[in-house]
Amino acid sequence: MIVGHRKHIQEIKQMLAPHKRILVLGCGTCVTVCLAGGEREVGMIASALRIAYRLDKDEREIIEATIERQCENQFIEDAIDEIQNSDAVLSLACGAGVQAIAERFPTKPVYPGLDTKFIGILQEQGIWTEKCIACGKCIVGLYGAVCPLTRCSKGLLSGPCGYSRDGKCEVSPDVECGWQLIYNRLKDIGQLDRLLEPAPLTDWSKSHEGGCRKLIREDQRITLDVEAS
Amino acid sequence: MDSGEPRILALCCHYCAYAAADLAGSLRLQYPPNVRIIRLPCTGKVDIAYIMHAFEQGIDGVIVAGCLEGGCHFQEGNLRAKKRVGLAKEVLAEAGIEPERLEMFNLSSAQANTFAEIIEEMTERLKKLGPNPLRLALSDK
Repeated sequence: MIVGHRKHIQEIKQMLAPHKRILVLGCGTCVTVCLAGGEREVGMIASALRIAYRLDKDEREIIEATIERQCENQFIEDAIDEIQNSDAVLSLACGAGVQAIAERFPTKPVYPGLDTKFIGILQEQGIWTEKCIACGKCIVGLYGAVCPLTRCSKGLLSGPCGYSRDGKCEVSPDVECGWQLIYNRLKDIGQLDRLLEPAPLTDWSKSHEGGCRKLIREDQRITLDVEAS
Repeated sequence: MDSGEPRILALCCHYCAYAAADLAGSLRLQYPPNVRIIRLPCTGKVDIAYIMHAFEQGIDGVIVAGCLEGGCHFQEGNLRAKKRVGLAKEVLAEAGIEPERLEMFNLSSAQANTFAEIIEEMTERLKKLGPNPLRLALSDK
């Protein structure tokens, strides 16, 4: 899931300075799961903003709404009235959700209430860890389902560097050595021989370096093939 | 209630803090009359929204009172509440409200005296802090 974390109230206030009627819009998917942008967090941020503005004797109206998913137009429709009736939207979605709202409402100022952190998992209650950098060409199958690009601090594909100590990375004692994880995992599943194969070249053309990515699945598109009919 | 006196909301758990408040009444213990109690099944029920809304409405201080640590009737509700109170303090501070206006206390159902002391302590603390600045902002309207 995409993991986010709330911005400081003062930073949010600065962004919202020009606007009077502000909609705090939550997203019911990833950021609800990581307790950053769901209905409860919308309530908390909206309340904090109301308090902050009233302390400044600033007459602003803060309204609240949460939709199922901000990154899909179909769900955005559910908040269409609230969005249209506001001067600006403070989106508590990931960066994709913020931009989806902005694209749907070209003249509406939309601001992020969260910092989108990474694609990760809930490691344990209250701890989320990054697992994927969305490189666009998944190779974890070669590494026992441990991503060397994400888990190794140097993104090495051909084995560990010389600074791994007791399974920890030189970057920090809190960071596990990605290559130690890969070795342990391949050993556990009986595939250590995979490490004898030279690492493939990374196809960075599939990653963000190639510009904004787009995935098109013709089998899922709803378009009529006129010529064929 | 005298408008000059601090107004306190106490979110008390059913099994300990509320029972202690009840016992304080039975024992005829005297404590400042500034507190209004809302009984919750457990402090684990405390949502940050309850606290934020109370301050938004101009309350001067909020007490979250639960069982002694390790003595929660729902195992760890009070420990969860403690963390939520910590986050609420953080967000309140960012919004401009002194985080000292919010405090969590732990006591057993037998500690009626402690309940009275908690109310006295918070009343004194809030007198020093003065009224919730939001209450003043609201009354200026």
